[in-house]
Amino acid sequence: MTHSTGDVSACLPIHSDLDLVRVRQHVRQMTARLGFGLVEQTKLVTAASELARNALVHGGGGQMECTAVTSGGVRGLRLVFSDQGPGIVDLDQAMSDGYTSGEGLGMGLGGARRLVHDFSVDTRRGSGTTVTVTSWISRPPGPREAP
Amino acid sequence: MTGPAAFPHEGHVPVLRLGEVLLVTLQGDLYDSTAERLRQDIGQTVSDSAVEVSGVVIDLSGVEVVDSFMGRVLSDVAAMTRLLAAQTVVAGMRPAVAITLVELGLTLPGLRTALTTEDALRLLGAEVSVPSRDGRPRGERP
Repeated sequence: MTHSTGDVSACLPIHSDLDLVRVRQHVRQMTARLGFGLVEQTKLVTAASELARNALVHGGGGQMECTAVTSGGVRGLRLVFSDQGPGIVDLDQAMSDGYTSGEGLGMGLGGARRLVHDFSVDTRRGSGTTVTVTSWISRPPGPREAP
Repeated sequence: MTGPAAFPHEGHVPVLRLGEVLLVTLQGDLYDSTAERLRQDIGQTVSDSAVEVSGVVIDLSGVEVVDSFMGRVLSDVAAMTRLLAAQTVVAGMRPAVAITLVELGLTLPGLRTALTTEDALRLLGAEVSVPSRDGRPRGERP
């Protein structure tokens, strides 16, 4: 099971490119504080930047919840990006490299998935998208949901 | 929480001229709007200059994160300067940034790179008076 450690959780708004900078800096600070290595910090910050920009550009703005979690003694950071935008019509297409509905290079969603350990998308047409990602300081050995 | 001192300066990244080369040093965390403006500034400077500009060096050594937006700005600048008869070299990318870009799927094939700004200037054939770290030219990379 994954447990939240409620003392280090925050919710940041995503409504402008200033907020994207704030999201990146917050994730950077949290990963550094939790003891992530430099490469893992950079990967998670980059993934956060992609997902926050998706929420801003495609979702019309939203928020990021950032929570320190532990699983089987391994510490990690969970980020939940949510927006109330139009939702993703074709998720498989949106996840594929090179597909873009906007200005980017089309690497945002699929690229972000490769930068984190756990990745899930919940999207409904007309009622928004929630993307949840988690990275661990070191990958837990064996099945992640084992008791 | 993030203190105000940690916030980047919005707005303007200076484009410096060194002979025929433009030098742009990026520091810290850039706003999207700052990166957009930089793309325009470089294009304007390359095309408007009274003296011919043969190259642009973008120093990324102070940049901790390059996401797909920033990657797009970099490859756009490279493509644009090529159309304006100049070359762009990206210098000093941090290893963690390079690893992340590869996993993100952005290998930026059109970009020329160098490990340091000095190497980038040498790659562009610019006159530099600073000797390389090991005393021999290192500008030529396959």
